[in-house]
Amino acid sequence: MDKNFDRSKSFTRRAFVVGAVQGGMLAVLGGRLAWLQLVEGQKYKTLADKNRINVKMTLPSRGEIVDRFGVPLAINNQNFRVMVIPEQSKDLDKALKMLSQYIDLDEKQIQKIIKQSKKAASFVPLEVTDNLTWNDVAKIEVHLPDLPGINIDVGEVRSYPLAEATAHIVGYVGSVTQNDLEKDPAHILKLPDFKIGKTGLEKSFEEEIRGEEGTSHMEVNVRGREVRELNSEKSFEGERLTLSIDAETQRFTQNRLSQERSASAIVMNAHTGAVYALSSYPSFDPNLFVNGIGVDRYQEILNNPQFPFNNKAISGQYPPGSTFKMITALAALRSGVATSKTLVNCTGSYEYGSDIFYCWKRGGHKYVSMESALMKSCDTYFYKLSTEIGIDKMVETAREFGLGETYDFDLGGERQGLLPDKEWKMATLGQKWRPGETIVSSIGQGYISATPLQLAVMTSRLVNGGKAVKPWMVGYVGDKKVNQENWPSMNVNQRHLKIIKRGMDRAVDDEKGTAYSSQIEEKKWRMGGKTGTAQVKRITKKQRMSGERSGDDNWNYRHHALFVGYAPLNNPKYVVSTVIEHGGSGSGTAAPLARDLLRFVQERELDKSEIKVR
Amino acid sequence: MIKSAPSLDNNMNIFNKLSRLSWGFITLIIVIAFIGFTALYSAAGGNFDPWASRQITRFCVGIAGMIIIAMFDIRWWYRLAYPLYILGFILLVIVEIKGQIGMGAQRWIDLGFIQIQPSEAMKIVVVLALAKYFHTATPEEMKSPRFLTPAVFLILAPVGLVLLQPDLGTSLMIVMAGITMFFLSGAPILYFIVGGVLAVLSLPVAWSLMHSYQKQRVLTFLNPESDPLGSGYHIIQSKIAIGSGGIEGKGFLQGTQSRLNFLPEKQTDFIFTLWVEEWGLIGGLFLFGVFGALFLYGHIIAQKIRYSFGRLLAVGLIVNFSLYVFINTAMVMGLIPVVGAPLPMISYGGTSMLTVLVGFGLMLSAYVHRDAKMPRM
Repeated sequence: MDKNFDRSKSFTRRAFVVGAVQGGMLAVLGGRLAWLQLVEGQKYKTLADKNRINVKMTLPSRGEIVDRFGVPLAINNQNFRVMVIPEQSKDLDKALKMLSQYIDLDEKQIQKIIKQSKKAASFVPLEVTDNLTWNDVAKIEVHLPDLPGINIDVGEVRSYPLAEATAHIVGYVGSVTQNDLEKDPAHILKLPDFKIGKTGLEKSFEEEIRGEEGTSHMEVNVRGREVRELNSEKSFEGERLTLSIDAETQRFTQNRLSQERSASAIVMNAHTGAVYALSSYPSFDPNLFVNGIGVDRYQEILNNPQFPFNNKAISGQYPPGSTFKMITALAALRSGVATSKTLVNCTGSYEYGSDIFYCWKRGGHKYVSMESALMKSCDTYFYKLSTEIGIDKMVETAREFGLGETYDFDLGGERQGLLPDKEWKMATLGQKWRPGETIVSSIGQGYISATPLQLAVMTSRLVNGGKAVKPWMVGYVGDKKVNQENWPSMNVNQRHLKIIKRGMDRAVDDEKGTAYSSQIEEKKWRMGGKTGTAQVKRITKKQRMSGERSGDDNWNYRHHALFVGYAPLNNPKYVVSTVIEHGGSGSGTAAPLARDLLRFVQERELDKSEIKVR
Repeated sequence: MIKSAPSLDNNMNIFNKLSRLSWGFITLIIVIAFIGFTALYSAAGGNFDPWASRQITRFCVGIAGMIIIAMFDIRWWYRLAYPLYILGFILLVIVEIKGQIGMGAQRWIDLGFIQIQPSEAMKIVVVLALAKYFHTATPEEMKSPRFLTPAVFLILAPVGLVLLQPDLGTSLMIVMAGITMFFLSGAPILYFIVGGVLAVLSLPVAWSLMHSYQKQRVLTFLNPESDPLGSGYHIIQSKIAIGSGGIEGKGFLQGTQSRLNFLPEKQTDFIFTLWVEEWGLIGGLFLFGVFGALFLYGHIIAQKIRYSFGRLLAVGLIVNFSLYVFINTAMVMGLIPVVGAPLPMISYGGTSMLTVLVGFGLMLSAYVHRDAKMPRM
């Protein structure tokens, strides 16, 4: 019994040890549990959320762009896409074959989708085709019960109803490139269907019209299947742009330009700076770019020698030719070199030192005053005056009237043109200014250059009573007015402006005027203006003697035709600036174009219309 | 041989026996089982199907079987100890042979109405056989290598076969339960030290004998992040689930890791993870508390039994049970490699529940017949 007792005691002792070990183990495990859940709990909570929460972004609608009356220029069309969810169509191949009875779908595309389906989880929808017509949508909708796993999804695609007519204003959107991503780190750019503004207003107002993406936090399971939505924030539609543009005038202008090979035109309000139409021809269809233009198509546009991508109205830089004469005249009046009564005898040429400068009219204009010099566009008159004014004063006046500068205009790509003076020549060419160059500059030739937009601004400031108007195109961003309509007065003598304007009035409306043939018949709509013919190629003395005026045998050497005009004559409201590249002469081609535009806008009485917001 | 004197036990009727059952012990078993049902209900996303309902049925059958086993006189079980051991061993051999002739690594025998996993049964039978072997051992015998060597073979023979299956987890459990039996029987501490040293020295040999997938499990255990999508995935996801549960847990049916299937094997090996993800540290400690109470109860039962066989059996089986708990929970918490061991009574699956309940039945039989006069050699 003793032995048994001993054994029993030994067992109890050892069983106690075993129990203690078990208790110890439980304590260790409990400690481990507490470590994981207390000390590292936060870390694992984050990891668990990362596992289960998938943040999805929803694209906002892009803000629309409309004209002054609300006519849409850039809108979002519904893009109907056929999607297929492989797991819902038991036999993907069969389902797609069925589908191909209703829409255009060949075997190659079917195989491509089947291949895609093998890479993705079976619940991920795959795009079969997009840009379905209403007809196709209707056909598929009807047969949907026979097409397991097929459904129709509606996305948005940017569309430009006026196509070519507004390509240079509105621009277009396209897919985000690596370059875009580097400039703009916004997350929205990484969304697969997001399109970014590439040119025009689409680009310069990208931030305003882009909108804000919505987010939705989806709970997903281990395979990525969405289980439920945890929370979501709606997307915000981008701001709508309301332009000063009138779609009708814009379309008319574009059509009118298409009679030429290469031309541009601006129609604007002389007092407010509101641009009614701004066109450059040739143009292109921006709709082609939305879903990616084909390489061939792109090359074709790119190789066009008239550069359809170039918005010549703001980035074409041309010698202003005789349209610059108003600046020379004004500079003469302001510096006291001439008055309205100053007469100059034009003999057809002007000698300065050893150089001879020819007037465009062989035989000359005889005695001309400032008014008649503008009316007849006599070169000699301005040659003579310029030698007394000097280049610096001319350039100073030109600058005041808006040449040689950019206006921070709503479109990107504005060019500055060039106003040459002594300093400029020394700095860029390292040469001294020669007096002969002042003479050439007085009729807008030589180094001097300006864009059609600058010439429109110059003309506006000349005829609006000397207000420093600047052009604009975007009236409202959303409901917010963003344009300026009242402009400060410039330091300029009204009497001087009247003299200049009379000269311009008579250039069109006096039978001796250079643009008389372009006079508007209706008296209330009569226009004034100034022709310009910019020399592209230097004409040799020999050619001049043989009567050759412009290299019209070769289109590329023909003169550029310019015209700046305004209407009506009494308190002008509209200003037009046109440039026809290699158009021959301002009076021949540019003035008739300007006439047609000014007649059209006056008929529409745009100056009486307010920009309408919604 | 058995000429036992008339005793109280022989005169017990069924009601006497039922009243001598440890109802506290049984209550704890039921509490654990209910935790299991709750977890399985949640694992199915708030459904009794497919797991909880079947588990409830099994438990009802199992607990009835446990009580029936407890009603049988402990001397029956004493007599059947070696025959059961031999039967279990033969079944193990059959499974091994079936595996060898190309039926894959099948670990069970299908009897049509039930699948028997001999390696599971061996966990109990080895304890049973050792309890019988050591029942009459004198302190002198416990020091004698000659006496102890056959007992060592009682352990090593089935362990060798289980290792061949290969099932490292079960092998280790049998070995550890066996060592505990030696310890309880009074084998000299020195032997354990020597054995321990030998075991450590044999580790390199064991490593070289391991299957590549077992090696991989050990390696990924040592650094689970090295292979986040492969073998380490289970451990990482399990730790995320446990850790994200926090103190209070995510709430019943709210465990994101399990509900969204980030957690693998959530109804079997990783059920503990599911439980603590939803019920947090509070739920986890509660479960450990209930387990601890059950262990303690097992020891109390053992102390009340008046013969070695019963005491050894009771403590051996409760240790066996605790090994299940330790291995499983340590595994899902990333303390030991993934060995593929269920959490008894809670994980879905009939075999481990049956094994455990049969073991408890034997314990209770020893307890009901705690005053029995046992035969002496």
